[in-house]
Amino acid sequence: MAVSAGANVGERLMAVGWNHYGRIRDTASSWLQRVEIDTARIDDAPRTYSGGMRQRLQIARNLVTEPRLVFMDEPTGGLDVSVQARLLDLVRGLVNELGLAAIVVTHDLAVARLLSHRVMVMKAGRVIETGLTDQVLDDPREPYTQLLVSSILPP
Amino acid sequence: MTAMIEIKNAEKTFTMHLQGGVTLPVVSGVSFKVNAGECVVLAGPSGVGKSSILKMIFGNYRCDRGRIGIRHQGALLDLALAEPREVLSVRRDTIGYVTQFLRAVPRVPTIDVVAEPLHAVGVSRDEARQQAANLLRRVNIPERLWSLPPSTFSGGEQQRVNIARGFISDHPILLLDEPTASLDAKNREIVVELIAAKKRAGVAIVAIVHDDEVRQAIADRIVDVTTFAAAA
Repeated sequence: MAVSAGANVGERLMAVGWNHYGRIRDTASSWLQRVEIDTARIDDAPRTYSGGMRQRLQIARNLVTEPRLVFMDEPTGGLDVSVQARLLDLVRGLVNELGLAAIVVTHDLAVARLLSHRVMVMKAGRVIETGLTDQVLDDPREPYTQLLVSSILPP
Repeated sequence: MTAMIEIKNAEKTFTMHLQGGVTLPVVSGVSFKVNAGECVVLAGPSGVGKSSILKMIFGNYRCDRGRIGIRHQGALLDLALAEPREVLSVRRDTIGYVTQFLRAVPRVPTIDVVAEPLHAVGVSRDEARQQAANLLRRVNIPERLWSLPPSTFSGGEQQRVNIARGFISDHPILLLDEPTASLDAKNREIVVELIAAKKRAGVAIVAIVHDDEVRQAIADRIVDVTTFAAAA
């Protein structure tokens, strides 16, 4: 059974007690708009969506219940650069607008620089360096951090 | 006279682990004060550590030893020992920094890049954009460019956007790294006027300026950074 995109978003609302179908559908639709998914596709199955659209649907599904804290695991992994850019702009805008707290896992240092205030560098299961993002990326102290920073492709 | 910045014996060394652990001393024994309404110019040859000192004052470079005293919300805070959130609070409310080259979040229109520091302290988007527009006009960035992201602008235009962004807030401390380097004579004049206005408003300024004329016009005191050159 394929759950439609709109239903994916609606299910979260139902899980927190919403039961008015019209309101659920309207809220789902407005969130699809917010993440720039054509609302005409609200009843399509997500498997008919592109990778970027599926990521944006996931964002809508996670934010529709207005959480205070969001975890994002490699939010831009596997997406082409223009799609990555749009997604990052969207996430940055939403985090600002909604005052969200977010923990993001990424191996893309450009994503870290764009999205985060603070960074924790991990190696072999341990946090080896932590600080403000600009501190860690401009003044890396640990050998592994220096290796990471020196490996970034120049623009 | 209120000391807005009090640096005592600050020291920084880079250890390059990828190059066999070679150490690169940057500065040591850095000590100086800057009062409200005063402009201190850091002088010295290229590579001596002037920009590094500004970065240490901003908390971008962590220092290995010493004290970076910043007057923040009425009290002197040691930035070298401050928690990350305190540093963020200092950057939001107290220290403005005009870097040598503009670093802006991509795809954001120029007017919003400039308005952002005001918006971050609670000014409404519209009011912040109004003030941004006034400042952009002052530094001769034409209105047809305001809706474009600054990444495609010329070096001089980018620097003027950078200056507008740095000067828009009421930060009591301003750090300026070569603010007039890419500018023509007319725009250099304008920046010198903006700096003079900030001094009159009681802002403490630390600046790096190579141009002699601009230096004469803005400096109350020169600090020779070669005296802080770390022993090799």
